[in-house]
Amino acid sequence: MITFINTIGRTVILFVHEVGAVSTLTLRAFRYSNRIWKMRRLIIEQMLDIGVRSLPLVIFVGVFAGAVASIQTAYQLKGYISFNYLGAATSVAVFIELGPVLTALVAAGRIGASIAAELGTMRVTEQIDAMEALAIDPVRYLALPRILSGFIMIPLLTIVADFVGILGGYGVAYLNLNLPAEIFFGSVKEFFTIMNVMSGLIKAFFFGGITAIVGCYVGFNAQGGAEGVGQATIRAFVISAALILLNDYLLSLILF
Amino acid sequence: MIEIKNLHKSFGGKAVLRGVNLTIQDGERLVIVGRSGCGKSVLLKHIINLLQPDEGYILVDEIPIRKVGQKDLFQLRRQFGFLFQGAALFDSMTVSENIALPLNEHTKWSKTEIAEKVSEKLSLVGLPGIEDLKPSELSGGMKKRVGLARALILEPKYIMYDEPTTGLDPIMAANIDKLIVKLSEHLQVTSIVVTHDMQSVEKVADRVVMLHNGRIIFSGTVDEMNRSDDEVVHQFVTADADGPIQPKPQKYLT
Ligand SMILES: Nc1ncnc2c1ncn2[C@@H]1O[C@H](COP(=O)(O)OP(=O)(O)OP(=O)(O)O)[C@@H](O)[C@H]1O
Ligand SMILES: [Mg+2]
Repeated sequence: MITFINTIGRTVILFVHEVGAVSTLTLRAFRYSNRIWKMRRLIIEQMLDIGVRSLPLVIFVGVFAGAVASIQTAYQLKGYISFNYLGAATSVAVFIELGPVLTALVAAGRIGASIAAELGTMRVTEQIDAMEALAIDPVRYLALPRILSGFIMIPLLTIVADFVGILGGYGVAYLNLNLPAEIFFGSVKEFFTIMNVMSGLIKAFFFGGITAIVGCYVGFNAQGGAEGVGQATIRAFVISAALILLNDYLLSLILF
Repeated sequence: MIEIKNLHKSFGGKAVLRGVNLTIQDGERLVIVGRSGCGKSVLLKHIINLLQPDEGYILVDEIPIRKVGQKDLFQLRRQFGFLFQGAALFDSMTVSENIALPLNEHTKWSKTEIAEKVSEKLSLVGLPGIEDLKPSELSGGMKKRVGLARALILEPKYIMYDEPTTGLDPIMAANIDKLIVKLSEHLQVTSIVVTHDMQSVEKVADRVVMLHNGRIIFSGTVDEMNRSDDEVVHQFVTADADGPIQPKPQKYLT
């Protein structure tokens, strides 16, 4: 029993410690906000990198998420409500939940893990030490551009996912139910509220930031050669996926 | 002047440094020797606060490096050039981007001025014209020398060389030794050289210290080291397989 309490205690302390360390890293990065303009080239480079690298996957996931949403909604509407509302129901699901959450989860795998792998490799090959030795703060030079890109690019990718998601939804509606485009998109438009899209984008904003921050933190703290980098990569994915789902719940409580 | 006082450092219960005391005078060329794994690289990293001591402290020009804030720390580090044992080049950047990075970050120089400076430093280390290569295209010895060019680019007051000649052919090694001496004589830089290469010790050192079992056990000129009757120093200098130092690291006694 004592050991059990001990274990819990130690885990809690470790958790609090890590949360503190992650916050410190974030604050330290944003303390360099005044240098953002000077660093624009680095930031744009990261944004393109993150955006372009994740685009194919986000499109793929978006199309299928929309398609699945459409099929399931159709199944639930069947016999109760006219299929004319299929477009509306599908799009709301995509805007509020599927777009941001799936995009962020995909990004957590793709972006968070690649940030962790890249920075982790730099850590274990002493490149981060070398940067510090050259009087350049790696938190500014490496973390800040990646964190900013996470905040900005995941919402942008979510917009893409929303868009292709609805197309995917329509594709299925057309193939299965032969639903005309005017009716599907007409109902999407009729029930479209900017609030739905915005709430999804707000979620995406936080998810993107979380993913990048966790990737940076885990990468910076990697140790022990190639194996350590591998572990860091997995850790980045697991931690950010868990935080995304937790935050999805919390943000949903706040936003609705 | 760099003063290291009673420095202790352990990694996960394994004591590496166990009370290092060392003062390095301005303009001095100090060579640190000691067997592999005795903590030479760890000691160098403490000097610019890449690692923090468990106990003891370091003064750089009377400033306790542990106590200064983030901003001053980076200011202080500009006075240092550090050649890493593994060169630690940024592998996402070309050779010239590697060397130019500190100039891009810390000066307002124009592109041409920076390019000139980069090619000057590359010539200095015997690698003119390789600006556009990536680190992955370089041999181990070339990486070392690019790392050296990068360490020299801010014209530091202190230069720390972690095994500068390891992996170089004897002629190149001799050239690097010459460069170390030249830099120290012409620019009055303070040099701290870690090496296993006894030839370069002879050529470079004003003073040699030997690190053993976490402490400095010898300090003196090369001649004094060669004549030392300390068993450990003697075995090291004569590269004798038999003696107090045995291949298997003995558990450090605390
Ligand atoms: N970051 C670290 N974490 C854990 N242990 C470390 C770390 N850095 C160094 N060590 C340990 O400290 C000891 C000294 O390492 P160091 O790299 O200073 O040796 P060295 O004297 O430079 O050896 P060599 O001549 O082979 O380069 C080693 O046993 C190493 O395992
Ligand atoms: Mg070493």
